[in-house]
Amino acid sequence: MSAQSTAHSFKANATGAMADAQLTGNLKAVRQNFIDKRAKAASELPEFEALRENAKEIKNHTLAHLDLYLEKYEAKVTASGGYVHFAADAEEARQITLDICRKVGAKTVTKGKSMITEEVGLNAFLEANGVTPVETDLGEYIIQLRGEAPSHIIAPAVHLNKEQIESDFRRVHTHLDANRDLTEKTSLLTEARAVLREKFLVADVGITGANFLIAETGTSIIVTNEGNGDLTQVLPKVHVVMASIEKMVPTLEDVSQILRLLARSATGQEMSVYTTLSTGPRRKGAFSSEVDAGSREENATKKEARAQARGDVDGPEEYHVIILDNGRSAMLGGEFQDMLRCIRCAACMNHCPVYHQIGGHAYGWIYPGPMGSVLTPSLIGVDEAGHLPNASTFCGRCESVCPMKIPLPKMMRHWREREFERNLNPAIARYGLGLWAFFARRPKLYALSTRIAMKAMRLLGRGKGRFTWLLGASAWTKYRDFAVPEGETFQAKWKRERGVK
Amino acid sequence: MTTSRDNLFASIRRSLHVKGDERLRAGIVEDRLDRAPKGIIPDRAQIDAPAKLALLLEKLVGVQATTAVLADYSEVPAAVADYLRANNLPATLKRGDDPRLAACPWDKTALDVSVGRSDGGDLNAISHAEAGIAETGTMALISGPENPTTLNFLPDNHIVVLSATDVVGDLEAIWPRIRAKYGKGEMPRTVNFITGPSRSGDIEQTILLGAHGPRRLHVLIVGA
Repeated sequence: MSAQSTAHSFKANATGAMADAQLTGNLKAVRQNFIDKRAKAASELPEFEALRENAKEIKNHTLAHLDLYLEKYEAKVTASGGYVHFAADAEEARQITLDICRKVGAKTVTKGKSMITEEVGLNAFLEANGVTPVETDLGEYIIQLRGEAPSHIIAPAVHLNKEQIESDFRRVHTHLDANRDLTEKTSLLTEARAVLREKFLVADVGITGANFLIAETGTSIIVTNEGNGDLTQVLPKVHVVMASIEKMVPTLEDVSQILRLLARSATGQEMSVYTTLSTGPRRKGAFSSEVDAGSREENATKKEARAQARGDVDGPEEYHVIILDNGRSAMLGGEFQDMLRCIRCAACMNHCPVYHQIGGHAYGWIYPGPMGSVLTPSLIGVDEAGHLPNASTFCGRCESVCPMKIPLPKMMRHWREREFERNLNPAIARYGLGLWAFFARRPKLYALSTRIAMKAMRLLGRGKGRFTWLLGASAWTKYRDFAVPEGETFQAKWKRERGVK
Repeated sequence: MTTSRDNLFASIRRSLHVKGDERLRAGIVEDRLDRAPKGIIPDRAQIDAPAKLALLLEKLVGVQATTAVLADYSEVPAAVADYLRANNLPATLKRGDDPRLAACPWDKTALDVSVGRSDGGDLNAISHAEAGIAETGTMALISGPENPTTLNFLPDNHIVVLSATDVVGDLEAIWPRIRAKYGKGEMPRTVNFITGPSRSGDIEQTILLGAHGPRRLHVLIVGA
């Protein structure tokens, strides 16, 4: 069982979200910030479009050979002294993590921001088993204090304003002066930095996700701006990476191509502040004793050799990677394989008119926006999440900004077809479609009846210009008016105007 | 007994309609890993050495780092002391074993320099970069006793020394250097690409510097 879902009540969630004035106010930041920054970054790199095409090819190639690249990757991690664990589902991934924590007697674990550990519901499970997880990304930390799920895949607390964050800090950080001034955003940041610095230094295990896994070298990559992911993985005795199978890329050159797209598409940066490649555990000094024995008369070169031989002075002593499937292998080779190219940049939701209105929580599971509308039904089933692909105007902006050129609208249509095939639509939609199909198959009857209907509606709405209520269309007119037709059907107008030409 | 590993590979192969032992597929994968073909390299950094240095400096400023250009390593300690004084910071410094930093004349300044990893108690640290990437204003640092990774993240103020001869144009230019040093397919424990000081946009989408990592990043370019 993965993290709890409320995707089945998407319609109610969305209605509630739109009625929440504070939420819709806070969401303005998404529209205002992300879109312009991405556009600027993309326009400043003339090769951006060519890179998108190449990145798509790299991922398609990788997915077509995924079994082989996974084997190469596994061998490399093992050779560098790390451990690779494979998990079929969320339950197994959680159990492997807990076992690693128990083996080293871990009391607290720090966590870098990771959607995959949200997906498997790791925090609740660790907590229930006596291990305290501490989220260290500022946004993740804030929502952990609130007991919420992230509402955005790269800006987890984007649904909150600073007053809400201040009240959470005052509620939880009771060891601090109650009269402290937290009106400035910087004071909130400084407080979180100080509180979390203590946690970093005492954590027994650090858990991160991975933006990429490199087959050539057995390397995991994290991309962050805060540096929390790095403190999470460099300080504790044990570093655990949890990543899903599709994070694989073949080589260092390949990942460089995709890195050029990731930060630009996500935040409009040319490169995120910290891009970190981790390979295996802390390196041991192989020849330390011999070199130490002769350490009296060292010149500079010998000193360097000695330093090399002495090995690392920091970094984790154990390095584990948990590779999770959780339904993804079944997407390979089918109509949803393209979704596995996703690099979780969030450009699709940042540009989505539906996301702008309702935010991320309404989608009901871990992944919101267009990528969530496609991925969620694949991972938790169309019965549970069949509503999500309907939350689209098919405006196509998501596909046009996707760095990996994922045909998101097309795949939402695939889901709508499946939903229809499986009889999951409400009766009124099915009868309506049936009725429409009856007329559409009889063009003369269609033309006649729409002509009559247009005339009748024009007569009814004469002088008003718009209907505020319409029989059988109250779901529409409840929120907006319905324009009165001008009396002519589109087809009639088309015929008339082409006839004139 | 089948394991999760077996099941996962079986499931992938079932979906891809392959067995996993096809010679052709294996050959394609071996070839790609072996050749590691370069993709599209932006024109912006395919320029001569002085222009690369100029681009690097411009990009560093663009990501809120500060910079200074020095003639040689003997000037590093004074430049560090000046920087700390100008920012009203204590005259302490942590460094690793890097021989280029070890050879600097630290005793000509009043700096209190200690050597090793950071345990969180250091305000200021200095590291030597493996390379600087002009394309994006990025410092590439490699883990090891010469430049411990903790120095890159725990101190409030991070000073990075870069030799002007190690300025490269694009990101991909790093990989041949690392392969030459560690062998093809081999890596140091950590490669850090650092592009500016730590920041967060998690409070109302406002970018604030100094989230968890260093609040300041100062780059000293030597030998230009």
